[in-house]
Amino acid sequence: MDYELVIGLEVHTQMKTKTKIFCSCSTAFGRSPNENTCPVCLGLPGVLPVLNKQALEYAIRACLATHSEVQEISQFDRKNYFYPDLPKGYQISQFALPIGLRGHLDIQVDGVQKRIGITRIHMEEDAGKLIHGENLGVSGKSYIDFNRTGVPLIEIVSEPELRSAEEAKAYLIELRSILQYADVSDCNMEEGSFRCDANVSLRPWGQEEFGTRTELKNLNSFRFIQKAIEYETDRQAKILNQGEKVIQETRLYDSDKGITFSMRSKEEAHDYRYFPEPDLPPIVVNSEWIERTRSTIPELPEEKRQRYVAEFKIPEYDAGVLTAEQDLAHYFENCVSEGAIPKTASNWIMGDLLGRLNKEGLGISNCPIPAIAMAELFKLIDKQTISGKIAKTVFEDMYSTGKPAEQIIQEKGLVQISDTGALEKLVQEVIDANPGQAEEFRNGKDKLMGFFVGQVMKASKGQANPELVNKIIKEKLT
Amino acid sequence: MARNRTGSESLNVSSARSQRFLFSNIIMHRLTIEQAVEGLQARKFSSAELTQAIYDRIDKIEGSVSAYIHLTREMAQQQAQDADRLIAQGEKKPLLGVPIALKDLICAQGTRTTCGSKILNDFVSPYDATVVRRLKDAGAVLIGKTNMDEFGMGSSTENSWHGTSKNPWNLERTPGGSSGGSAVAVSANECIAALGSDTGGSIRQPASFCGITGLKPTYGRVSRFGLIAYASSLDQIGPMTKTVADSAIMLNVICGKDPKDSTSAEVAVPDFSQALRQDVKGMRVGLPSEYFTSGLDPEVEESIRKSAKTLESLGMEIVDVSLPHLEYAVACYYIVACAEASANLSRYDGVKYGYRSERSETLMDMYSNTREEGFGKEVKRRILLGTFVLSSGYYDAYYLKGQKVRTLIKNDFENAFKQCDVIASPTAPAPAFKFNEKTGDPLQMYLSDIYTISANLAGVPGMSIPCGQSSTGLPIGLQLMAKHFDEETLLRVGHQYQQNTDHHLKFPSL
Ligand SMILES: [Zn+2]
Repeated sequence: MDYELVIGLEVHTQMKTKTKIFCSCSTAFGRSPNENTCPVCLGLPGVLPVLNKQALEYAIRACLATHSEVQEISQFDRKNYFYPDLPKGYQISQFALPIGLRGHLDIQVDGVQKRIGITRIHMEEDAGKLIHGENLGVSGKSYIDFNRTGVPLIEIVSEPELRSAEEAKAYLIELRSILQYADVSDCNMEEGSFRCDANVSLRPWGQEEFGTRTELKNLNSFRFIQKAIEYETDRQAKILNQGEKVIQETRLYDSDKGITFSMRSKEEAHDYRYFPEPDLPPIVVNSEWIERTRSTIPELPEEKRQRYVAEFKIPEYDAGVLTAEQDLAHYFENCVSEGAIPKTASNWIMGDLLGRLNKEGLGISNCPIPAIAMAELFKLIDKQTISGKIAKTVFEDMYSTGKPAEQIIQEKGLVQISDTGALEKLVQEVIDANPGQAEEFRNGKDKLMGFFVGQVMKASKGQANPELVNKIIKEKLT
Repeated sequence: MARNRTGSESLNVSSARSQRFLFSNIIMHRLTIEQAVEGLQARKFSSAELTQAIYDRIDKIEGSVSAYIHLTREMAQQQAQDADRLIAQGEKKPLLGVPIALKDLICAQGTRTTCGSKILNDFVSPYDATVVRRLKDAGAVLIGKTNMDEFGMGSSTENSWHGTSKNPWNLERTPGGSSGGSAVAVSANECIAALGSDTGGSIRQPASFCGITGLKPTYGRVSRFGLIAYASSLDQIGPMTKTVADSAIMLNVICGKDPKDSTSAEVAVPDFSQALRQDVKGMRVGLPSEYFTSGLDPEVEESIRKSAKTLESLGMEIVDVSLPHLEYAVACYYIVACAEASANLSRYDGVKYGYRSERSETLMDMYSNTREEGFGKEVKRRILLGTFVLSSGYYDAYYLKGQKVRTLIKNDFENAFKQCDVIASPTAPAPAFKFNEKTGDPLQMYLSDIYTISANLAGVPGMSIPCGQSSTGLPIGLQLMAKHFDEETLLRVGHQYQQNTDHHLKFPSL
């Protein structure tokens, strides 16, 4: 039997604040254990939380960037459970009245655009980290690092409107991109500042109500998310095909084995006993604040994509690649504003430049060629001062030496030969040297055009303008 | 055998003797804040001498009353020396050199803060509560940490892991609670003044039992940062003093917005000592009919009605008011307070600090054994109750309903204060009860807070002042309550009352 896959995603992302959400400890990553702690985030007796206004500001930005309605009044609640990495025995979160409701974002899979609803966005504090002694060579003991405790998070909950692992991945990529654009989070998955849980269920095609879902945790890369969902889809389909029932439970993804396994079932599920946090008054955000914040949200990826297609006349696919990362989009736009033809810039950035950076594991922000220098190369190509082939050599030189394109071309004498007289001479020499092929060409063997162009290019050491060469050969041999 | 607070019998020694010598004959531990500051500033005695006098007093009678969990002698002596140096430099601060006691749930850096519990018995706070910071800034000398019902949960100080405190007026009886230790220390002159905390009457009821003045400020008036939480939406720190005038001085020092406490209010802070001086003519005192019903001890009722007459004689008008939801206050309180407590006390899990059970194999074992062994019976009862009312399926019927009732009680006060400036009532239904009289019946114990709980639920300020004695010689307390942030009225009425009566001048013959 065939089933429809239903996925809802819960994304936890760390907001960019310098300090924690309820105290003034640093949020810096990679400090020694418990360096970033104080009585407040350690939950010592008598301490009280004070909301970091910057965290609230970021949460509002996240809401606006995802078209969510910022709630004028929201509230923190206590989520009660015992775990050693949770020093107060409750997590301060938002339950009944979250900061944002009813948002959405648009994804594209196989050229089809789809709008995915965002149910809610709420703020909360992160928990600490348990380190088991076995990992430190001390068995029978566990240690706790509270550096992460109180790091400000937002949780973004999607509607169960995703229908494939690809859609889930597209949603996450788009969401990450939006949050980066809106300057809410750096969404660094390795540092845990962008984490995802997936609710996955199957239902027979055409059935209205959802099947029993499982919650997948520990999905810390886009690849794992896709793999885990695919595995879980197969697992559930097998269970259903055998006439059995899927158990509602939390499952962890084991990336080594590529499987999901049960962490706890619903029977063991917590009753979190949420109730309003009495230490924090309700959060009031007036419309003036919302509008002021809205005016500082930059152009978001979707708007940018549409603009690129309309304004720069580049294909949607290219626009998608160039806008996926804000820094890349900036790089591209800088090249264009320096006078490069958009299509040349997009081809080169997506091809040679990203290829070269990828090879070294670098991002666009580490690119050794500044956009303004890159634009000079693009302009030389656009003016046909150099051919595409020579441009590749120049690019390699620019990349490794940092020299400007003009200088490299001058030093190596790489200027394209567009002098018709010189080219005609070259062509004639090639024709004279290959009388047989010339005869065949005249008798209609068009395929030999490539041969002649190649010979001329070779003779010119690649500097001949190929379009002109083409033209001249045609003139001479017909 | 009541005497004047200043021990005036020793004031009239031979005038030929030097002033210095004369004051050394004063019974220093009996001084009020006002008198102590005056004497210190006049160099009639030093803070070191005053502090020593307090410790001498403690050494003499602490064995009988057990007001303190532990003393901070070294810190106090250092602070007294510092104060003397500042006084010598001509410095003036509201509490400069004055020995003050702290209820043992207020964190002071480097001192043990046990909350009367085994689970925090060895907890040393690494930071100062905001009130402690403010006391220190005002020049106070911190004498020690006073006994209390564990985590503030109790009305008799019988729920302390450190043993019970005794009522100085009658050692067979409880001092009330939960700030029983502070009330005893003030009443028995083991400090000049103290801080307590009040969640459902924990300042006012022991103040009433021990014959002292106890003020629970408006919720939000005093920072709770560093007050170990029992019920966060109800807890409030307040002064426990020998006179209303002293409470005004203390409140001046400790009140005001604190950036570390989001629930502390951004409201104007008047000079409360100034407010005392204005008269009360034309102000209206409301007597809530619901507070004078069958549960009230006849002697207490008589004292309160007499006090009302006194206030009338000062030019105040007596009016009848109604607080119709009083009967639901105790139930509402135990839902709200226990719900909050069940979360507030979750952090005591044996993981990070405090007591940890040694007989545990698994994490779950450690949690349950630590909390089983570390908490007393009443605390466990309230955690269970609070956990229950928040549980899925019961939340609406209990917690949510409790919040609705709380709103009704708040509305009651708003309506009542349309007709009067201050509400007068008994603080407790009866004078101090005997040890073990109510420990077997929690509901009976809970009812001893019936008159004080509403002020916490509504957030309004309340104060208990001594207004008489029972035939058996036990103090009786008059409770005054005012509008939100109108402590001025409370203090003014209380002060004018004390200016015209002598109940506050009596002290136990210990
Ligand atoms: Zn911190």
